[in-house]
Amino acid sequence: MSHATAPVGGRILTKPMLVLLGLFGLAAALLLWRFIQGLGAVTAMSDRYPWGLWIAYDVVTGTALACGGYALAILIYILNKGRFHPLIRSAILTSALGYTLGGFSVIVDLGRFWNVWKVPTLFWKWNFSSILLEVALCIMAYMFVLWIELAPAFLEGAKAAGNPKLRRLAEKTLGPLEKAMPFIVALGLLLPTMHQSSLGSLMMLAGQKVHPLWQTPLLPLLFLISCICMGYGVVVLESALSSTYFGLPRETPLLRRLGRVVAPLLGLYLVLRLGDLAIHGKLGLIFTSGFFSVLFLAEMALFVTPIVMFYTEAKPKLGQLFRGAMMIVLAGALYRFSTFLVAFRPSKGWVYFPSVGETLITVGLIAGEIAAYIFVVKKFPILQSRPRRATVRRLGADVIDRLPIPSTAPASGD
Amino acid sequence: MSLSRRSLLKGLATAGAGIAGLPAAGQAKELKRRPDDAVGLLYDATKCIGCKACMTACREANGLTAAERDGKWYDPQSLSGNAKNVISFYRGPKGEESFMKMQCMHCVDPACVSVCMLGALKKGDKGIVTYDADACVGCRYCQVACPFNVPAFEWGKATPKIVKCELCRDRLAQGKIPACAEVCPRHAVIFGSYTELLEEAHRRLATEPKRYVPKVYGEKDGGGTQVLYLTAAGIPFEKLGLPALGEKSVPSLPETIQHTIYKGFLAPVVLYGALGAVIFRNRRKSAAGGEEGDA
Ligand code: SF4
Ligand code: SF4
Ligand code: SF4
Repeated sequence: MSHATAPVGGRILTKPMLVLLGLFGLAAALLLWRFIQGLGAVTAMSDRYPWGLWIAYDVVTGTALACGGYALAILIYILNKGRFHPLIRSAILTSALGYTLGGFSVIVDLGRFWNVWKVPTLFWKWNFSSILLEVALCIMAYMFVLWIELAPAFLEGAKAAGNPKLRRLAEKTLGPLEKAMPFIVALGLLLPTMHQSSLGSLMMLAGQKVHPLWQTPLLPLLFLISCICMGYGVVVLESALSSTYFGLPRETPLLRRLGRVVAPLLGLYLVLRLGDLAIHGKLGLIFTSGFFSVLFLAEMALFVTPIVMFYTEAKPKLGQLFRGAMMIVLAGALYRFSTFLVAFRPSKGWVYFPSVGETLITVGLIAGEIAAYIFVVKKFPILQSRPRRATVRRLGADVIDRLPIPSTAPASGD
Repeated sequence: MSLSRRSLLKGLATAGAGIAGLPAAGQAKELKRRPDDAVGLLYDATKCIGCKACMTACREANGLTAAERDGKWYDPQSLSGNAKNVISFYRGPKGEESFMKMQCMHCVDPACVSVCMLGALKKGDKGIVTYDADACVGCRYCQVACPFNVPAFEWGKATPKIVKCELCRDRLAQGKIPACAEVCPRHAVIFGSYTELLEEAHRRLATEPKRYVPKVYGEKDGGGTQVLYLTAAGIPFEKLGLPALGEKSVPSLPETIQHTIYKGFLAPVVLYGALGAVIFRNRRKSAAGGEEGDA
């Protein structure tokens, strides 16, 4: 594991950072309101749409976006493709942050959150039929696993730091941790396999309320495959973005290989999805379901296009890879939003669209996640370092100062 | 790729697929049955005059207040945090009319019970589906899962609960009958043992076949319920908000899949072992300077 990683360095409180923190602060204020006034005061959820944006995005989509660590681990540790190792640390960081955000959102979303400690502890009350129980326990455990997997980075950071006490502690822990790592990595593979598939199973219980184009016993398998695809997609996006913004060397050849890995998986997803519809005689619904037909076809297009892109282009450039990865991520995200919200139609005459408050809370939490990512990669050895990097570092720090944040970037206006 | 590694990977894929929910040779879960002492309600829409006395009685029995807006009191249109029982009115395209009573159906194999993590919702004495706020985290999965959209949530409260009919179990314990059945002036809703109610429903269908849709809703629907319905000829149950669910309960399929995979927690343990084995192998190989897998 001698791929050298190093802190990116540079100032922490840059302008974009302040914007991110500002958004996070706004969310915190709204959250306070939610805890005083109840969920109805800030969200558009109702008795027919008891799950809204927070579940569909923060939990179901967000943790799938955080599957980069899982997806890469399958490649590296199971299929023994060690060459992908340089990508793993930052992927684990994104995963740890993504899952932490998901976990936090769950607490916010739970009506009776003060009872949540009972879920992992009162085991004699466990209802083993409850798919949500499995999801909850797995996600809690996996959050721990991710932070442990990341611990060496923090410990190395502590080792490099001045404080001698901290250094000694770090030196003492690192060895045993390395030894235990295979057990932890195996857990890190088992847990997402379980809960990412079960996230799909959740909606099987909604029965007829989910449109037949989405309701199928294959939900768990489809959710599992698509979360792995999204994981690879996010790894590409993250690597491309951080190499650009931090001025680090590009990992284009490696990302190209990832493209080769993900294309067949996307294909498998499509075969299962369409095959399942065919077996159950539901193919006709693809064209006769009005709005839902459009939604379904949009999803299909998003899944098909990256396959075509990765197969027709022998040597895609970073930009092309980026676009392909973006599409994979969108495909998986749309699939999740459809299953949990859009294709969920419990009764006529009820609609749900996230409220401003709900949305701002989600946006603020994502901003907090990005801020945490920037902070950690600047302070701890997460990203790749190469000799060249030292000279680019200053430049990189400047670039990050000008990082365009979508909502504030003047560039989008002119 | 050595043979043993290949077989190891194959085993891994099988265990993984198992966990991901490929329904293994699916023996469907047996249909659950009502407890012998099951109690319930029978609502005969042809007898209901829409006086809503049962709504008021239900509110009083459960300590709920009606919805207020601008100093006026409104009867809620659907089940909510302050209504466990709602009477609504239906008029069809040909002018056919009917009232409809909605409350918890007390399903035989309830989706809400199947999904609830710590068993806050339970199938209790006499088959009544009960709620225990102490074990509820407010995840609202019961609302997502209930095929009748029954459980309601107190959206406007900082310490909300799930609100749903528990068949007046407190009153039953005092030897009384459910408030809604007690006050109904036309006996449109009656309380009794499930067996008696079913017999009564079929007796009505037999004596006045022209009056009714020839079916007792709830006898088999969605795996069966303990609240039964009769409706006037020409007014399908679906129009009144009782969906066509088939005879299997909502949880039967997902539970079959989930139980097959996680039976005795064997598959996850096996998968964990296999994953560990592969990781160790690969690690030893790369430590020995071995080659990476072929790309
Ligand atoms: S009607 Fe809904 S709330 Fe009542 S028992 Fe059935 S699933 Fe549960
Ligand atoms: S909201 Fe409460 S009662 Fe409903 S499923 Fe969740 S924990 Fe159970
Ligand atoms: S049984 Fe009791 S709680 Fe249920 S609808 Fe009737 S009065 Fe209301």
